[in-house]
Amino acid sequence: MNTQVVSASSKAYVRQVPAEVLPPPGSLIGPLAWVRDNLFSSPANILLTVVAAFVAYISIPSFLNFLIFDAVWTGADREACIAKNGVVPGACWAFVRERLNFFIYGFYPVDQRWRVDLFFVLGAIGVAWMLWLKAPRRDIGMIYFLVVLPVASYYILGGANWLGLQPVDTARWGGLMVTLVVAGVGIVASLPLGILLALGRRSKLPVIKFFSVLFIEFVRGVPLITVLFMANTMLPLFLPDNITVDKLLRALVGIGLFASAYMAEVVRAGLQALPKGQYEGAMAMGLGYWQMMRLIILPQALKVTIPNIVNTYIGLFKDTSLLLIVGIFDFLKAIETARIDPQWAAPTTSTTGYAFAAIIYFLFCYGMASYARAMERRLSVADKR
Amino acid sequence: MKKVLMSVAVGAAFVMAAGSASAQTLNQVKSRGVLQCGSNTGLAGFGQPDAQGNWTGLDVDYCRAIAAAIFNDASKVKFVPLSAKDRFTALQSGEVDVLVRNTTWTMSRDTQLGLEFGPVNYYDGQGFMVRKKLKIASAMELSGASVCTQQGTTTELNLADFFRANKLKYEVVAFASSDETIKAYDAGRCDVFTTDASGLYAERLKLTAPDDHIVLPEIISKEPLGAAWRHGDNQWGDIVKWTHYAMVTAEELGVTKANVDEMLKSTNPDVKRLLGTEGKFGEAIGLTNDWAYRIIKLVGNYGESFDRNVGAGSRLKIARGVNALWSKGGLQYAPPIR
Repeated sequence: MNTQVVSASSKAYVRQVPAEVLPPPGSLIGPLAWVRDNLFSSPANILLTVVAAFVAYISIPSFLNFLIFDAVWTGADREACIAKNGVVPGACWAFVRERLNFFIYGFYPVDQRWRVDLFFVLGAIGVAWMLWLKAPRRDIGMIYFLVVLPVASYYILGGANWLGLQPVDTARWGGLMVTLVVAGVGIVASLPLGILLALGRRSKLPVIKFFSVLFIEFVRGVPLITVLFMANTMLPLFLPDNITVDKLLRALVGIGLFASAYMAEVVRAGLQALPKGQYEGAMAMGLGYWQMMRLIILPQALKVTIPNIVNTYIGLFKDTSLLLIVGIFDFLKAIETARIDPQWAAPTTSTTGYAFAAIIYFLFCYGMASYARAMERRLSVADKR
Repeated sequence: MKKVLMSVAVGAAFVMAAGSASAQTLNQVKSRGVLQCGSNTGLAGFGQPDAQGNWTGLDVDYCRAIAAAIFNDASKVKFVPLSAKDRFTALQSGEVDVLVRNTTWTMSRDTQLGLEFGPVNYYDGQGFMVRKKLKIASAMELSGASVCTQQGTTTELNLADFFRANKLKYEVVAFASSDETIKAYDAGRCDVFTTDASGLYAERLKLTAPDDHIVLPEIISKEPLGAAWRHGDNQWGDIVKWTHYAMVTAEELGVTKANVDEMLKSTNPDVKRLLGTEGKFGEAIGLTNDWAYRIIKLVGNYGESFDRNVGAGSRLKIARGVNALWSKGGLQYAPPIR
């Protein structure tokens, strides 16, 4: 029995340190395992992977060939992009390069284009100030973005004799500049208007409620294109002869009102998503209506509606391309016009123009969506606890 | 009901517009200091911005010529790009003073819209393009051909009329956009491509091998493209009309942008009347007597404008054809200035 009464030290083997952790078996890590987990985890996934790989195999190389490898990058006119020995070249980027200024500035006088550049810079500063959360004095940034920037842009782009800036008629505005002006005005105007309309729709005062519902339902009931036609074709007929409202202004008002009706419904969804206790709690604290909205309700309601608000903004940005139907030279219309110029008539000119438009629209919309996603992640930290 | 309301509204608006049109357009233009010209939103050779954003084209030159006659400055034009749907309203409502936007002069437009149509600055019409290797010289040989065209346009209807009237068999291959149509023709989906003749030349440049294709001589429809202005202001109408006639007369008399200063010394009575060294024809239409001199000096004569924008001097290389002077077998004819 001696052998059973032993001290630890006399044991044949006692492990002093924990066993080294072995790496998982090769079949569970590394690229191979990732591929198996993510691409071939079930028969259905195997099938999907194979099909997707096949589609990618047949489309991506020709896509890249067209856009990059076979593309024409330099040249002064259509000679550069026409078929040589019966072979049609890829994208005609030379065309985009030659017309880039037209795509951006439209008909804006060449010697005044620095004003458009200034507008872009001021706009970028405003956007960065508002969106970068660690920026200093964001309260001033807010005033800059909502008040200073619109007024400054109006005078910079439109000109004013007392500033020594030559007036530039809006008929000469065009290209990306018009797209950004219209989208910017729509975005800046639609949120405050939309919030007011949403609050109006939920108001207990019958008159306010009635007019809010009437406006929202009327505007939502007609397509944007109809609003634009109404603003551009019908409105001038009803105005007295000596009054002509600027064409771009009419479209701006139309788009602004249209977007705010949609925004109102988005915000209303957020207001309704809040539990009743939030309202009651705020009232129990003795807050008035506007204090309650500003301090308690709207911050929460807007937070939950961020994805929808950004969705509306993205839709609005893309809707600006409808302006071409009423003869306003937005970015897409500038490309549309340039692509039919005989100077660049070649088999791939149109395709290149459209590809360029797609790339630019994608960059803007994807940018907005990415920012919104980051914002959501940041704001949802509280909910995850 | 909605339709009735709509027509009442539009009708009322027309009455209003027609009532106000007798206001002196010329005075309005002069006090504004700029001519407002309804232009195309982009049509190769007729109204098209270049890389710097300057408008160029045959229609554009017409507007510049009117501005030159009034202001002695061809740049005092504000071009208002109008879509096909907007164009007449814009004119009726006074947003533009004159519409030069490849607009076909038809009876209904002339009589029902409260508008007045003027001289035709381009006689267009539907034509055909085929491959040279088919060795076809006339549209009458097109029996059994497949024809590429754009859906839902008058082009398609004209095509049906033409083939039926001539008892030729054909097959239509229609596409939604002009781009698709020309691509399909280029790819060999059909033997013939058809659209308005001015468009044929522009589309031909997009083909893989433009030189392998030929535009047939037949024109199967009438598309007189001209200027339009509001009913009731005859003085303004005179200015628009005679601006074009002055350009045509100048071509007829051999007065060009380059030699117009020498021509001032000409002893030819026709030239003297045109350039205002004799008679008071300019004052009769509310302008100065050197109105035509200004047009030719600043814009050029009709032939120069045609050549520069759509003719041999441009990329489109459209033959003068029916747009040649009457003395050369075409339709461009100006009443005498006397």
